[in-house]
Amino acid sequence: MRFYIQKLLFYAAAFWAAITLNFFIPRWMPGNPVDLLISKMSAGGIPVTPETKAIITTQLGGIGQGSLLEQYWAYLKNLAHGDLGVSISNYPAQVSSILGQALPWTITLIGLSTVIAFTVGILLGMFAGWKRGSFLDNLIPFVTFFQAMPYFWMALILLLVFSRIVQWFPFAGGYDTFAFPPIMPGFNGEFITSALYHGVLPATTIVLSSVAGWMMGMRNMMVSTLSEDYILTAEAKGLSPRRVRMVYAARNAILPSLSGFAISLGFVVAGSIVTEQVFSYPGIGYTLWSSVANNDYPLMQGCFLVISVAVLAANLVVDLLLGIIDPRTRSTTA
Amino acid sequence: MSHNHDESVNDPFDRIEAETRTGGVTLTADATARPGAPQTEFAPQSHDADLVQETGAVERTFERKAGLKSLLPSRSTKLTIGLAMLGVFVAYAIIAPFLVGDPNAISTFRLSGPGQNGFLLGSNQAGQDIWAQIAYGTRGSLIIGVIVGLLATILSTLFGVFGTYVGGFADNAFSLFTNVMLVIPGLPLVIIISNYIPADHRNVFLIALVLTITSWAGSARVLRSVTLSVRGRDYVMASKISGEKTWRILVVEILPNLIPVMASQLIFAIIFAILGEAGLSFLGLGPGTEFTLGKILQQANQALALTQGAWWWFIPPGLMIALIGMSLSLINFSVDEIINPKLRSNSRAARKRWGLTPAQIKSLEEENLR
Repeated sequence: MRFYIQKLLFYAAAFWAAITLNFFIPRWMPGNPVDLLISKMSAGGIPVTPETKAIITTQLGGIGQGSLLEQYWAYLKNLAHGDLGVSISNYPAQVSSILGQALPWTITLIGLSTVIAFTVGILLGMFAGWKRGSFLDNLIPFVTFFQAMPYFWMALILLLVFSRIVQWFPFAGGYDTFAFPPIMPGFNGEFITSALYHGVLPATTIVLSSVAGWMMGMRNMMVSTLSEDYILTAEAKGLSPRRVRMVYAARNAILPSLSGFAISLGFVVAGSIVTEQVFSYPGIGYTLWSSVANNDYPLMQGCFLVISVAVLAANLVVDLLLGIIDPRTRSTTA
Repeated sequence: MSHNHDESVNDPFDRIEAETRTGGVTLTADATARPGAPQTEFAPQSHDADLVQETGAVERTFERKAGLKSLLPSRSTKLTIGLAMLGVFVAYAIIAPFLVGDPNAISTFRLSGPGQNGFLLGSNQAGQDIWAQIAYGTRGSLIIGVIVGLLATILSTLFGVFGTYVGGFADNAFSLFTNVMLVIPGLPLVIIISNYIPADHRNVFLIALVLTITSWAGSARVLRSVTLSVRGRDYVMASKISGEKTWRILVVEILPNLIPVMASQLIFAIIFAILGEAGLSFLGLGPGTEFTLGKILQQANQALALTQGAWWWFIPPGLMIALIGMSLSLINFSVDEIINPKLRSNSRAARKRWGLTPAQIKSLEEENLR
């Protein structure tokens, strides 16, 4: 029980750190968003009056109005009401509603591809570590190439091959927006088929780029685990190789992959943000990029917040699972 | 192991099996032990001399000359290839910018393919030489990688080693801070921060600083766990009791054990900094005026190189990133083998060097798989 309380407390602290960072970054950075926006407006030939400045300041969450503590309190209050402000580039849409539309796309895409990549990577790593010097194991040095390649570069190559040279998959988007009669987003067969079809290339990108990391980690742990004494004992007892591999070796070797999940997920999320931009995929990553490109500060901050919270939640689930799978973690928490 | 084990084993395969296993286990304890500390001697009997000698040669050299040598990577094909590749890239990044023309010089030859109009790798939308851009870009990316790698190593040592050894409140605070930094997603944070820096202020060094913020936490956690295990060793206790100063224990007794782990973390920090820079630049948030590999990719994407079929514009820079990363990973294999001797090669190629016949290798493999 103590373990779970500790974990929950830790994630509460991490959550607080994320929202506080989100509050302080725009206020601490040299470029004040209000000034940045105004300088861009006047450079674009738009007349800027003091009233305009006041409106922009209010829109951006009152930066520079009142003491820092007052601003912080107002920020927390708005956050508790789910109010993230109004988007500038999609005026007058609420940031929260834009994020609400984008989030399901990203969670489905990253969720599914991470599950696939994890499963495939762990299985490949297990067999590579089990049969050292086998064909699969000798592939490991080449796997590092995939580990070190940028996600978006993989995306560009997949697009070049499967969307330009052979036109099997669509070039961009999350579903067919030009279809007639138009496809309505929602739980209907047409939309789901179209979304899956559009999701093939982005998902392949993420799987191909992240599978190598899981495979390498699992392979190394498998090799280390196989030289443990209890494996020798299991072999000596005459257990079937399959049982030794699955129940004795793989089960223990998988644990570091799970406890290192936080680091790996961070990279997957980072890669996916850029990948979404290549495919113009209507998820959070693309929203983040367009908000950066359009100087839409409220939307940008909202994206950071949502991504952080989603990553924290995923890590919390994995951590709690790890506590169930591996009782040792419950006694030695940091 | 189906063979009978008795004292006078004559079967070479049992020997190897026993040797590798025992060797592996012994070394696990030793590899992270203090260099020069007394170690359990694993002396094989010397019948089957040749075979045994060859088999355990690497391991035993490692044990006997346990001093500084144990911190150096053992020679392997992966290491050789990795070092050679990295050497070529580094030399390229240093020398090539002096040999190529101005990467910003425009010409009228737009989007010419590789080899056309005197462009080795073709030209881009504005008729700029892509080969020249890649020369400068590789330099920029490598500089960012090295700066971030070094800074991240310093920070992770501070938070992972120092805090852990001091213990108590500092340890708890450092550890909490590290873990929080670890779970907050890095790239979004870096995107937000660099977006607030005006484009004309963004240069290679500033981008490197920003990338450092998110790249030290992972290594700090790894270093922390290794430090925890080293801190509890008897010889550290002994030097503490004999009144050595804290800094001396840290620098002389503990740090040498961490060097392989730190090297491995440094390698990964460099890889991920190069990748992080590429992602950041691709979103248009990279260095303002200097070239990096990510920036070439961003320009290609912005000018719709893909739709125009100008593959020579975006394939080479990405390939360069992946190959630099691959060379570093190959080097890391050897570093990993120092940290975890169990990973040492027991592959087909290694067995070939022992001079076994294919039939013997086969039966050895069956043995292993059993």
